[in-house]
Amino acid sequence: MSNEEKKNLGAVEELSEDMKIIEDLTKEEYKWGFVSEIESEVAPKGLNEDIIRMISEKKGEPEWMTEWRLKAYRYWLKMEEPKWPNVKYAPVDFQDISYYAAPKKKPQYSSLDEVDPELLKTFEKLGIPLEEQKALAGVAVDAVFDSVSVATTFKETLKEKGIIFCSISEAIKEHPDLVKKYLGSVVPYTDNFYAALNSAVFSDGSFVYIPKGVRCPMELSTYFRINAQETGQFERTLIIADEGSYVSYLEGCTAPIRDNNQLHAAVVELIALDNAEIKYSTVQNWYPGDKEGKGGIYNFVTKRGACRGVNSKISWTQVETGSAITWKYPSCILQGENSIGEFYSVAVTNNFQQADTGTKMVHLGKNTRSTIVSKGISAGRSNNSYRGLVKVGKKATNARNFTQCDSLLMGDKCGAHTFPYIEVENDTARVEHEATTSKVGEDQIFYLNQRGIATEDAINMIVNGFCKEVFNELPMEFAVEAQKLLAITLEGSVG
Amino acid sequence: MLTIKNLHATVEGKEILKGIDLEIKAGEVHAIMGPNGSGKSTLANILAGNSNYEVTEGEIIFEGKNLLEMEPDERAKEGIFLAFQYPIEIPGVSNATFLKTAINEKRKHLGLPELTPKEFLNLMKEKSKILGMDNDLLGRSVNVGFSGGEKKRNEIFQLLMLDPKLAILDETDSGLDIDALKIVSNGVNVFHNDKNAVIVVTHYQRLLDYIVPDYVHVLYKGKIIKSGGKELALLLEERGYDWIKPEEVELESN
Repeated sequence: MSNEEKKNLGAVEELSEDMKIIEDLTKEEYKWGFVSEIESEVAPKGLNEDIIRMISEKKGEPEWMTEWRLKAYRYWLKMEEPKWPNVKYAPVDFQDISYYAAPKKKPQYSSLDEVDPELLKTFEKLGIPLEEQKALAGVAVDAVFDSVSVATTFKETLKEKGIIFCSISEAIKEHPDLVKKYLGSVVPYTDNFYAALNSAVFSDGSFVYIPKGVRCPMELSTYFRINAQETGQFERTLIIADEGSYVSYLEGCTAPIRDNNQLHAAVVELIALDNAEIKYSTVQNWYPGDKEGKGGIYNFVTKRGACRGVNSKISWTQVETGSAITWKYPSCILQGENSIGEFYSVAVTNNFQQADTGTKMVHLGKNTRSTIVSKGISAGRSNNSYRGLVKVGKKATNARNFTQCDSLLMGDKCGAHTFPYIEVENDTARVEHEATTSKVGEDQIFYLNQRGIATEDAINMIVNGFCKEVFNELPMEFAVEAQKLLAITLEGSVG
Repeated sequence: MLTIKNLHATVEGKEILKGIDLEIKAGEVHAIMGPNGSGKSTLANILAGNSNYEVTEGEIIFEGKNLLEMEPDERAKEGIFLAFQYPIEIPGVSNATFLKTAINEKRKHLGLPELTPKEFLNLMKEKSKILGMDNDLLGRSVNVGFSGGEKKRNEIFQLLMLDPKLAILDETDSGLDIDALKIVSNGVNVFHNDKNAVIVVTHYQRLLDYIVPDYVHVLYKGKIIKSGGKELALLLEERGYDWIKPEEVELESN
């Protein structure tokens, strides 16, 4: 066989495998909706300085951290909830939420033997085995259950290369210099309402440091799980790629089925120094609420990366299938000369889900480049908005941006909206924007039907084709999961 | 193989077919000719189960089964294939994924094991050669960026890959130059044998020089007003449809 043929053969095997998985899963409901019987410690509802001190104390934090939280809290008190997104929801009562919930057993484990077996079972059930011998080859996992990191796998292997991958609580204690230097340096607590709230009450999250010249040998992954009722989840993730290093990081999220809405307000900060590259992938599958729009997660997240160094690169890939409301804009600040920012997104909404998502590409350095590919799919009575800002500063000579924004509509009760903002202060910049809106055509479905492909499979095929450019950016195992989720989210949406 | 009895059908409330009777046996090629708007494409789409057309009266029996009770995908799996007049584009879905799924769905329906990737590739190679199609076809999205001629060729390629019992060609010749016409016709002739049947819907006699019909039917205003052998097509080519039309008066008064 020629190489070309081998390649083709591989492609066919892969594709047919994917199609089979989709087929197996199209009939499923939200299957991550179970509740784990874990004894947990939940803080009383409401927010004040005592609660923040309590969180900080529970986590054994140094004084500077407690002070930072309090400053953020005091700032937050003066802020107002933003009203500009294209989403509608009942106001959140911030005094009716508990800001801390943790499994009762002590949150620091030296080995998996000490972890509550119920917790291990939960992650096993979610398909995230934490025992290293069972784990997916080449993926190290940090599992965050409610507000606490319960286990981080492959720590020792990574340590040999000088890579730090641990919970942010641990990093605050073990690597205070790095945390002090970078925490809040990309998303300061003054940035926005939810970033301020997160800075005050964040309970855990992941911390990654890749030393100079190191290429991280495996995918790093954090799996977030909300379990407790009437709690908010506020994780904080900080990733630093030192000069010439590379890391690919994956994030997955699920939550049980609950009638009430739960708030999730995370902050993610990425820093890429000279010649460093960070690839950040998300498959977001928080509980979206039921078919009547009851319950579901409010996913109000601030994610931002700074390309500080020359030739640095940050690439965001997200597949957003869950949450009642998704409101987030993973962004890149392109400071270093020749730095590159990328954003690849698939956002799917069905039933009563709402999404207002997109990105900001801020070009500050010379010869900076950015690419935005956004695919929005709306079904049912849902609303899906793309909101993006491309900003080219005075000094960003020869900055380039390409934006492609496609919307796919299923049925006639859903909506797709595009809000592109372009601000250019340098004459040499070149900014391109392309947008399309299409419907899953009855003629397309009939064409596939006529070749023997049933309607549900035909829709999956059309939708997967629409998202292909984004799925191609995901690591393999995530791409398969993303396809499965898409099929489940859109199940029964055309009929 | 196929029996159509007194078929009446409407599109958006307007009656297009007004009582079609047709009997097709394995091994036969039937040409359906007629002027624009006579109902040729309607008939082709109804056989395939397009829901934009509503059958108001009559029946269609295919291989002993009531075709009108089957969903379009079931009909396809039972062996009905429509080569579309305007093939549809499916962006981002490769020809390979599309055809492999289609073939395996059909095999599953027939109780056969799925083709292995190797078997599938060999089949693609063999059939694409017949139509002189490029090797990069496998990775390209279905019909996206194809010229009109390439799309028609791709329809016949799918015909050969799926190997149905009844092939319906809906104006496959339109938009083809003479070289492409020969290649496409050759593809159909390679497909055709004494176990399957072909319905050729066309405006022009030209195609029938290459795909030789056993029967020619003239469809006019929703009825078959004349049937004959292949010589009827030549006669139509020579004299047009006008010489048959006067019979219309007689038909309507009946």
